[in-house]
Amino acid sequence: MTQLDAAASWARANSLWPMPFATACCGIELMSTAASKHDLSRFGSEVMRFSPRQCDLMIVAGRVVMKMLPVLQRIWLQMPEPKWCISMGACACTGGVFDTYAVVQGIDRFMPVDVYVPGCPPRPEQLIRSIIDLQEKIQSGGTVNAREFKLRILPEGPTRFDEDELIRIRERNGFKLDDQKYNPVH
Amino acid sequence: MPLELLESPDLDASKREGLWTLNFGPQHPATHTTLRLVLQLDGEMVVDAEPDIGFLHSGFEKLGEVLDFNQYVTIVDRMNYISPLANEIAWHHAVEKLLGIELTPRCKYIRTIFAELMRLHDHLLCLGACVLDLGGATAFMYAFNAREAIYEICERASGQRFHTSYTRVGGLLYDVTDDWVAMVKEFVRSFPKVYSDFSGLVMKNRIFVERTRDVGVLSREEAIAGGATGPNARASGVVRDLRRDEPYLAYDDLDFDVCASQGGDCYARFQVRMMEMLESIKIIQQALEKLPNGPIFAGETGKAGIPDKKEVYRSIEGLIHHFESIMPNRQMAAPKESIYAATESPNGELGYYIVGDGTFRAYRARTRPPSLLHFALFSKLIRGCMLSDVVAVLGSINIIAAELDR
Amino acid sequence: MANETTEFKSTEVEALKVRLAELLPGVLLKWSEFRDQMRVVCPAAELGSCLKAFKAAGFDQLTDLTAVDLLEYGNVNDRFEVVYCLLNIDTGLRLIAKIHLNEPDLTIPSATSVWFGADWLEREVYDMYGIVFEGHPNFKRLLLPEAFQSFPLRKDYPVKGRGERHNFPVITRAES
Repeated sequence: MTQLDAAASWARANSLWPMPFATACCGIELMSTAASKHDLSRFGSEVMRFSPRQCDLMIVAGRVVMKMLPVLQRIWLQMPEPKWCISMGACACTGGVFDTYAVVQGIDRFMPVDVYVPGCPPRPEQLIRSIIDLQEKIQSGGTVNAREFKLRILPEGPTRFDEDELIRIRERNGFKLDDQKYNPVH
Repeated sequence: MPLELLESPDLDASKREGLWTLNFGPQHPATHTTLRLVLQLDGEMVVDAEPDIGFLHSGFEKLGEVLDFNQYVTIVDRMNYISPLANEIAWHHAVEKLLGIELTPRCKYIRTIFAELMRLHDHLLCLGACVLDLGGATAFMYAFNAREAIYEICERASGQRFHTSYTRVGGLLYDVTDDWVAMVKEFVRSFPKVYSDFSGLVMKNRIFVERTRDVGVLSREEAIAGGATGPNARASGVVRDLRRDEPYLAYDDLDFDVCASQGGDCYARFQVRMMEMLESIKIIQQALEKLPNGPIFAGETGKAGIPDKKEVYRSIEGLIHHFESIMPNRQMAAPKESIYAATESPNGELGYYIVGDGTFRAYRARTRPPSLLHFALFSKLIRGCMLSDVVAVLGSINIIAAELDR
Repeated sequence: MANETTEFKSTEVEALKVRLAELLPGVLLKWSEFRDQMRVVCPAAELGSCLKAFKAAGFDQLTDLTAVDLLEYGNVNDRFEVVYCLLNIDTGLRLIAKIHLNEPDLTIPSATSVWFGADWLEREVYDMYGIVFEGHPNFKRLLLPEAFQSFPLRKDYPVKGRGERHNFPVITRAES
């Protein structure tokens, strides 16, 4: 980390412009965080630009369903470097209460995430804390030409198919496993 | 736009050439989260609009078949997320109708107060967000500040600002305390100032009036045949309010007016919502004065509700009663029948069609979503309007994507 | 005409039954009541004329249109039940009309010609249950992606799905 990196990171950390990818209830808490009582613009997020080309922080607030995930990925790819992602709320982190056929069980399965905010929905103070955490993360490891991102070559979330999920799907479809090779876990 | 243009044959998309297609959403600030519209435009004028929904479909109804009546209230909260308690009240109203439980007076009054607080919550956000979309950010801030006071009231009663999961079958999670009552009184006392600030900024504002008058007109026949309910229908002249026509909770004892308008345009819908906010304050004031003392759980001697924690931990009857209410194979059994029950939620008629199957779990828990039917009307409302009117109309019909898609 | 007679409290309901008997001669309607709600079961073959008769008898709003899969209900003869919740705006009278369907014949006439609000409600019933409505102006899935193969609200479809929610490409940080 050079001094130029530190200076660039300081500037970027204190002026994170969020791109609110608000899908559901967490979107309302995001709006509350941006409103006048808990004011997010005190932390540099002065404007919530809805165009991905003008933002550097994507806040995924709310559950992401199968139909919406390609849209999410496309918008992530449209954002220019450097960019970070906050996964806000239980549904974006792990699927939340919705362990159903339609909801993606955590966006980190398909997209890189930097900070996770638990809660259903997280209080505005929690979201502000996550922005501060992200600012610290950027300050401590950020580079001017975004080379720290090139090191993250592996997917960081859970594997695409959990072992348990695969077993459940096979059992549901009538595929019988050999008892000697495998003991089903209830 | 003048009404006769809506019937003009020139607006038939298939016959005109030179139309261009604009994709509006699903990621767009004015689409109120995940709605998508494919607009066919002739210059600036919208010739056709086809909505594409399902970007928030999470399988709510499938979850209703897995979770029991007390657990599903946590999921139902997340449907109309800008007025969560209203959904809970509607769900438990339907469940209690199916199980044949009559609530205690105190529970009815508290639920009524919360239903009206949620009406304020919803209307403030609807109006604030619509005005923000039309460009007025200050009114949005005022509306959100008022909503913070309601969040604190919910937090004091149930522990959570949002998604309170406060109602239970036959009663409520916790009883309310005297300082909660004082908080609500303080809110009611301070609301008229907020209302006058907000309406002063918006209702007579020349730009706002020009952008919403005669835009997106919904006629009375279309509203009825299309299934519109709530403020959207009342703004078109369908004077029907479930609080007056099919009274539930404590609305029988309270005195209020039903707000309606003849215009059917965006401005009329706004006016109806503004007037309803004032009526809600009236109802809350009356309910606070008449709030009776007593238990909040119906049938303390029967199996209708979860007993108070003091009883559970200190008496064997309370413990047994709790055990009987919670354990999966020992709870109340719903009759093997089906009912449809609706309440007047802030967005319209929120109804539940529940099929019981002899256990404490719904066999089918269908939500009748007001937003779905309103959004289906959107393509009729928008024909002949300009591109910038799309935002005004979308904001005024108050679509909540989670209720739409479930 | 063989309408089953059950005792109801209000004369409005009796008047409705008489009117429907006039509009639908020869159609067997099974009436029942539960918690002050009236229900009527219509034969599936006569659905089109029943819906028009309901509209003519004063039910000008279709409040809800949904379906139930009775596979695990026990003691029933039919698999699917399609439910129409109707409302008379002027008098406030409600009626729940039901029909029963069985596989493989899951095609019924659409209600969009009677109440246009049925448009999206029918598309949703198709999306969730696979019941086809003939005469619908724009018949395709409503909530799920077009490529989705199954009908999720049927009882033989598991809550967690069959892996469709995991079937997407993964983006790593280095390549995005």
